[in-house]
Amino acid sequence: MRSIRNGLVLALGITMTAFGLAACGGDDGGTPAASDPNAKVELSLATFTEFGYEELIPEYERLHPNIKITHRKTGQGGPYHQDLITKLAAGSGLADVSAVEEGHLSNVLDKGSKFNDLTKIGPAEASPDRWLGWKYDAAKTKDGKVIGYGTDIGPLAMCYRKDMLEAAGMPSDPEAVKPLFATWDSYFAAGEQYVAKTGGKAWFDSAAQNFNAMVNQLPTGYIGGDDKLAVESNQGIKDAWTKVTGAVAKGQSAKLTAFSNEWNSGFKQGAFATKVCPAWMLGVIEEHSGPENAGKWAVTAAFPGGGGNWGGSYLTVPTQSKHPKEAAELAAWLTAPEQQIKAFKAKGTFPSQVKALEDPALLSETDAYFGGAKIGQLFAEQAKKVAKPQYKGPGDGQIQENASSPALQAVEQGKSADEGWTQLLDAAKKITR
Amino acid sequence: MTVVDKIVPDEEKAGARTPPRPTLRHRLSRWDVKVSPYLYIAPFFVVFGIVGLFPLLYTAYVSLFSWEAGDDDPSFIGLDNFKELFADTQFWNALENTVSIFLLSSVPQLIIAVLLAALLSARIRGATGWRVGVLLPYAASLVALGIIFANLFGPKYGLVNGLLQTIGLDPVDWQAGRFSSHVAIAIMVNWRWTGYNALIVLAAMQAIPKELHEAALIDGAGTARRFFSVTLPLLKPTLIFVTITSTIGGLQIFTEPKLFDAMPGSNNGGSSNQFQTVTLYLYQTAFENYELGYASAIAWVLFVIIVLIALVNFFLTGRLTAVKKK
Repeated sequence: MRSIRNGLVLALGITMTAFGLAACGGDDGGTPAASDPNAKVELSLATFTEFGYEELIPEYERLHPNIKITHRKTGQGGPYHQDLITKLAAGSGLADVSAVEEGHLSNVLDKGSKFNDLTKIGPAEASPDRWLGWKYDAAKTKDGKVIGYGTDIGPLAMCYRKDMLEAAGMPSDPEAVKPLFATWDSYFAAGEQYVAKTGGKAWFDSAAQNFNAMVNQLPTGYIGGDDKLAVESNQGIKDAWTKVTGAVAKGQSAKLTAFSNEWNSGFKQGAFATKVCPAWMLGVIEEHSGPENAGKWAVTAAFPGGGGNWGGSYLTVPTQSKHPKEAAELAAWLTAPEQQIKAFKAKGTFPSQVKALEDPALLSETDAYFGGAKIGQLFAEQAKKVAKPQYKGPGDGQIQENASSPALQAVEQGKSADEGWTQLLDAAKKITR
Repeated sequence: MTVVDKIVPDEEKAGARTPPRPTLRHRLSRWDVKVSPYLYIAPFFVVFGIVGLFPLLYTAYVSLFSWEAGDDDPSFIGLDNFKELFADTQFWNALENTVSIFLLSSVPQLIIAVLLAALLSARIRGATGWRVGVLLPYAASLVALGIIFANLFGPKYGLVNGLLQTIGLDPVDWQAGRFSSHVAIAIMVNWRWTGYNALIVLAAMQAIPKELHEAALIDGAGTARRFFSVTLPLLKPTLIFVTITSTIGGLQIFTEPKLFDAMPGSNNGGSSNQFQTVTLYLYQTAFENYELGYASAIAWVLFVIIVLIALVNFFLTGRLTAVKKK
């Protein structure tokens, strides 16, 4: 009974794949518009969560009367990307313009042959200098194809509880705290101090949140340039592990798994004093901390070890698209600085375009919840600190999700650092076998 | 059948000599008798073939390949997936977890269900209300229950730990430990299924003839004696049925451990797979790692395990009913 169902689930996936292939027939209709610029073209655009494109789509349709856009929105990123990979495998069903999140980029780059090279089909105005260098380069496949136009980014800064640092007799002004957040060593040293002064209160929310940022800053990540597992040979990863697990052993972690219910409650309870903080995290903090904690949180333009990025997306044009040229034009238009500024105003997605980062509308943005901090300017500054992107080989995202994060959680739940490291290695080997 | 058989040779002889006019009618009626029953039951088998048998066989076929989703030409590797699976500690770990959660849920569940049924069959006010009441958890959405229970068992801010602390006990990190996580998941399962099973047992209990109880009463048997010597033995067939259905349910447990994980959307079953069940591992292999070949191998091994357990069940049922006849 059970295995019939298991078989069914599998076969469903497989038959859906087959169906997808069979259903390749064009619902778009019409001839490729390359021959006739006024021919009617129907384009589809797939995004997840909030991209802020609702107002922009009708605008594009007004500017291009022959183009009709269907916008498919998915609520959550996880299911969206699962669907994306499945349809990519099926060879049909993907939208002409499909969004891809940074965390899933390694899986998509691995299947680069199924995407159009935007340097070949995209319009001239979407030149590399439109974006921050690291953002643009991260969407390059190994053979140099550019498969995505950057939309938004998540430059990293540090958020902290002003009142809690004050109570511990530590600096709490956004300028004065910067030295605490200069390097990871100074960060964990400050944590030790905080724990001692508060009688054992936690310094950060979750070990994995720091570890991910640390590994991201290394010149190379879990997977080497040869697409082989490099966890054992990469000393930087081991060093980061030692530092983070050392901090856990000293009681600096609140041991809350990121995005769990307990983590959400942790904000309201004031369970931790500092938090790795990409631009989009401000909204998360405000939502979970609630109005009663307004003004207690602060954000500062500093991040241990320089800068970093967490999150942000790309618009890609899969080779399945029947109108790749028109799709690339739409993607280029949506990711132009003017449009991304509008998206930023609509939904707060932080733009990745150099010009947009200099736009007064962005620079003047403040956040009342964070004591009126000039967050536009602050994160624009942090975005420029990001070094060149780390190469993300196949399986990179899964190692973070299913090897390193659970291993750190296990250490927080009582495993020794060595046992945890072995668990990480075993899981990573399994993922990349 | 026999009538038709006798007619056939005669007809054929007749058909050789005369035009086939009478034979058509006969033939049609013969087909009707022979073919119609199969046609009537065909829809079930056609549907089963498409959504049951074909996937089952196709899964067996896929399990012989190293087949990643989207592979243009998966490579045939014979039984390598199975070899790897039998050496895969994560699989054995998942199997142990599944059995452990199954035992922790089914055993207390059946005991409580029988006791509940005994209470419900006693004379109580508003009997229907109570009976509907025990079925309510079953009617509630499984996902909603999973989310609520995961919250209740939260290590820091969960209600269960809050209560434990109020009565002076140490809080338990429910997700962290292997045993504690199994207990928490088993509680989730029991919450949903105990009432359902209690109602099935109750129905069987009420079908027991009153005369038997009265005879026992006259012989001087007390309430407990009557329960153990009259009610329980007569409940045996029902209990076997309930055991089999909860075995099937227990081995396919998926939603509860998936939602119990603190990491949202995770299929890991805890930080060190301490509560990852076989189906959760299967799902992770197929739809997170996209290793369809290996996942198919897991599905088949699980199938064989379930067939074995079903055979044991069948054997036990046969023996128990044989004992009853004596």
